[in-house]
Amino acid sequence: MADYKLLGKNYQTPDMYAKVTGRSKYAEDHRAEGMVFCKLLVSPMPHARVRSIDASAAEALPGFEGILTADELPDEVEAPNEASLTNEPLYEGEPILAVAAVDEQTAAEAIELIHVDLEPLPFVLDPLDSLRPGGPDARLDGNTMRGRELGEIKWTAADMAGLAPGQIPMDAEAGEEWQYGDLEAGFAEADVVVEEHSYFQSLSHQPLESRTTLAYWAGGKLYVYPSVQSTARSVGPMARWAGVEPADVVVINEFTGGGFGGKISGYVQAQIPILLSKKIGKPVMMRVTRRDETSFGRARPGVQARIKLGMRRDGRITAVDVHAIGDSGPYGRRGDHMNVGSIGSLAYQPLNMRTRGSSVFTNTPPRGAQRAPGGVQSMTMLSPIIQKAAKQLGLDQVEVLKINAPEGQAQYGAPGQNGQQGNVSSAFVKEAIDKGAELFNWSERVQRSGQRNGSKVTGVGVGLSTYSAGASGVDGLFVIRPDGRMYIQSGVGNLGTGSTFDTMRAAAEGMDMPWEKCEVAWGDTSRHLPWSASQGGSSTTHAHTRSNWAAALDARQKLQEIAAHDLGGSASDYEIGGERVYRRGNPSQGLSFARAAQRAIDLGGRYDGHELPEDINGMTTVSATALAGQGLMGVAKDNFPEGGRRMSFVAGFAEVEVDTETGSIRMVDYAAGCDVGTVIHPKNFEGQVFGAAIQGFSIALSQKWVYDRRWGLLVAKRFYNNRPPGFLDVPHEQPMKWGAADLPDPFNPLGAKGIGEAAQGAGSAAVVNAIADALGQENGDFFRSPVTRDMILTQLEQAPTGHDRLTAHV
Amino acid sequence: MAVIRDVIPRLELFQPTSADEALALLAEHGSDAWVYAGGLDTLDWFKDRVKRPRVVVDLGGVDVLREIRPTADGIEIGAMARLIEVINHPAVRSQFPALAYAAQSAASPQIRNQGTIGGNVSQDTRCWYYRDGWTCYRAGGNICYASPPTAMNREHCILGASRCVAVNPSDTAPVLVALEAEMVVRRGRAERVVPAEDYFVGPEIDIERMTVLEPGDLLTAIRLPSTWAGTRVYFEKVRDRETWDFPLVNVATALRESGGTIQDARVVVNGVAPTPVRLTAVETALRGQARNEQTAERAGTIAIQGVAPLTHNGFKVNLMKNLVKRSIRDEPMSV
Repeated sequence: MADYKLLGKNYQTPDMYAKVTGRSKYAEDHRAEGMVFCKLLVSPMPHARVRSIDASAAEALPGFEGILTADELPDEVEAPNEASLTNEPLYEGEPILAVAAVDEQTAAEAIELIHVDLEPLPFVLDPLDSLRPGGPDARLDGNTMRGRELGEIKWTAADMAGLAPGQIPMDAEAGEEWQYGDLEAGFAEADVVVEEHSYFQSLSHQPLESRTTLAYWAGGKLYVYPSVQSTARSVGPMARWAGVEPADVVVINEFTGGGFGGKISGYVQAQIPILLSKKIGKPVMMRVTRRDETSFGRARPGVQARIKLGMRRDGRITAVDVHAIGDSGPYGRRGDHMNVGSIGSLAYQPLNMRTRGSSVFTNTPPRGAQRAPGGVQSMTMLSPIIQKAAKQLGLDQVEVLKINAPEGQAQYGAPGQNGQQGNVSSAFVKEAIDKGAELFNWSERVQRSGQRNGSKVTGVGVGLSTYSAGASGVDGLFVIRPDGRMYIQSGVGNLGTGSTFDTMRAAAEGMDMPWEKCEVAWGDTSRHLPWSASQGGSSTTHAHTRSNWAAALDARQKLQEIAAHDLGGSASDYEIGGERVYRRGNPSQGLSFARAAQRAIDLGGRYDGHELPEDINGMTTVSATALAGQGLMGVAKDNFPEGGRRMSFVAGFAEVEVDTETGSIRMVDYAAGCDVGTVIHPKNFEGQVFGAAIQGFSIALSQKWVYDRRWGLLVAKRFYNNRPPGFLDVPHEQPMKWGAADLPDPFNPLGAKGIGEAAQGAGSAAVVNAIADALGQENGDFFRSPVTRDMILTQLEQAPTGHDRLTAHV
Repeated sequence: MAVIRDVIPRLELFQPTSADEALALLAEHGSDAWVYAGGLDTLDWFKDRVKRPRVVVDLGGVDVLREIRPTADGIEIGAMARLIEVINHPAVRSQFPALAYAAQSAASPQIRNQGTIGGNVSQDTRCWYYRDGWTCYRAGGNICYASPPTAMNREHCILGASRCVAVNPSDTAPVLVALEAEMVVRRGRAERVVPAEDYFVGPEIDIERMTVLEPGDLLTAIRLPSTWAGTRVYFEKVRDRETWDFPLVNVATALRESGGTIQDARVVVNGVAPTPVRLTAVETALRGQARNEQTAERAGTIAIQGVAPLTHNGFKVNLMKNLVKRSIRDEPMSV
């Protein structure tokens, strides 16, 4: 790594003290004068139509403040998009109306006094049920998206002929398809072909902070206190839901208790307190309960797929054919199922490939992006198939990943209109795999594979994961004031990753400014924040190291010009360092930053922000204008060159111990090797690698929905029965480990890429492979996640499971 | 009436400071009253507005119910003793380490700091239909939603079903039954002592409750006689994740060995039936046998005679068989 003073070093983020002392304010900690509370009346059925609503008894209740129904929403949303309230609920728990009252008890009592007459409508929980001949549709207007249009796909009896339950017809109609190379030739070239049906469960996001929202209107502006991932990027959606201009919206959200993709730039349910507050003229707090969060707090689409993979004797993957069905919930357009193919094509670079797929609507909670959407499904579903092929050929798993690994600006995915695939900006995958293998001591650990200790058997697994890791083209903004301090503006949401602050250090690094003299403004759009990347797609680290570096370059240039103006010579005669701009070779001749900041104000124009670059975003222009005249301004759009899609890579290594008498699986060890370019804050980086891995463990081991099929209702509503990971579901004997290849991305001046998403599939893929490794070919072929105790026991005893291998939500 | 969850309804809260005061309140309010101990089971019901008692009697201030003390013949544990206090108590750990270990296996560290042993043994079932407010038999209705072929019943019973197929989820209950604990129940000024084995009530007797406790009754203490102190007692719980999870199946086996043979045994499983199940056939088969692999294997096989799994819980049969086997074969684990 380059010799940085700040980047790559651990430090304490400015929000830490408030977090550990409990002083940090999350959405529901806020109060406003005259605030009332709202509660939601939600659908008790998976699909129904509201015939009538009688709220007269509720309205008569003392303390009742108001009601909002779907009929009062300003615009009808276009199908298949979601509204905040509906008269045709498409899943259990969907909000039908909201009531405001002086307190939550009264609001709840009012809800209980409301009579909603519902007409039950047909529903479907499992995408395959909807695709089968004569199967029900989740929506009255279709069961799938064909491109951007709603449509219907039904497989025919001929498609299904000869298939066992839980099998997908490879060539039946699909909504989307792409391919490259010659699939048949690829399989012909293979020495082993593995074909399996694979199931990946739907997963609620379940951030520990739900999407609670407070809203009020004052002085012609809307003030919203939501729980979102992005700060700057949430202004637009809030304005749209409120029916006002973005300039009239203030978003205040300094701390967010996680999002995982479910709160990227707001959520349509924020419209409920916004409109209720407008209607009744009081601030409205909508505390979203855990149950509500499970209902409408987003979920990762499940995928059911048939996957055929061919491998050459040397381990090279010659062909992959995928038919993937995405469980897309009732609304919107999801692409996770198609990512099974495209992300797989990047990670394993198959010589020939075809991917076909359909997104299918179901009457289950709305889906959204969840930490590597489609990528985690891809890695978790493909890894065991690759492992199986490699075992049949007697090959080492790590060697197989390396022989197929992408290199440099590798190409992948669906060919574009010109027949060309897209490419990545950089890939140092072999180096990342080697790093992880070394930390895990793979070559020795692999000897333990299948080792028995009484009823317990050891398995080791490796899984490679990749996902998007950076955006570009956003703005950086800071001011060095005459007090000699640097005030950095961050429009990056503080969602728990630390990037809100970590990426601002790129500006400080660029100015050679001690971090102790930097202050970050964040979490409140009235504090003049610049246009920022969305805190989704692991964009921020790459995007904002670039944008803040660009702003630093801008400020350096201005400092040099001021020095030349005051001290003579040309700008290029001056250097920056030690909080000074000084003449090269004569450090005593120069200006302190404090002095230069005062001079910037004196000179005005572009130096103190009275003149701004034309290419920055309008939001940045407004914010920079508000800050103009306070000192020397660094402000710029990131115009650094791009070399392709930014993708990070993580190789996960896991050891598990499976008890064949109880089906219990113990996590013994985990290590991750990462290709992420420059690691800018190791402590937060570790939090991302391990946190994502642990979510991956629970995908492999425990988390799922369970639906009653007769009534279409979720029975596993609570944490203790839908089982997300807890803090004890990690290796106990030894700390988890991580290492980075530490090779900078050549298309970021600081070399950094994101990590949040790529790290998750590494955890799930390594663990599913380790379990399969422990149980051996005969008993370890699950191709279904999570691998729960019952699956292991029934497989070992060859007992019936009560469902077929692709059945959803059991 | 529309349904809303996650808001505790208004209720009248009493916070007595003595057992007599608590019992007087329970007598006064009868079936309108709800006994609140650690709150882990209670608050779940309240915030879902499924159970809506008019009166709540919070035992948190009745310090005397929290004591753990030696008796002439063993230990008496106050019903309000927190699980963590049971786990850490020196006498419990030295005489009945399996009880400490079972308590340690329950829930999560936070819940063990708050949850009581009285609550742990008396808790309601976790059937997800019943807990979610479905009007099943146990909730006073006339159907079981968990047993039809389309129902989800992976975590339900394989034994003892009688219209209801829910299971008892307690981790300490099977150990207490194995150790021949006695449950001290007060009603007004009257006290009765119920063997732990008889404390639990199956649906064939009363489908709407889990224990013998009736309105006005209060479990005040659990007595552990010295009968099984210092013997070999094995407890094991199998669950889906390590943090806060109820047992899929657990087992508690107390063995008294002498001269290489098993003199006496008490074998109890939970998570398989509406009550903890004492496996007397297994106990009989064990007596007089050497404790070895073969005996253990046979015990497991006998344990599962007569099981009747539902659509999704066939795995519990093997799990129960294997746990009973292990409880005889393997060395007990401890805190």
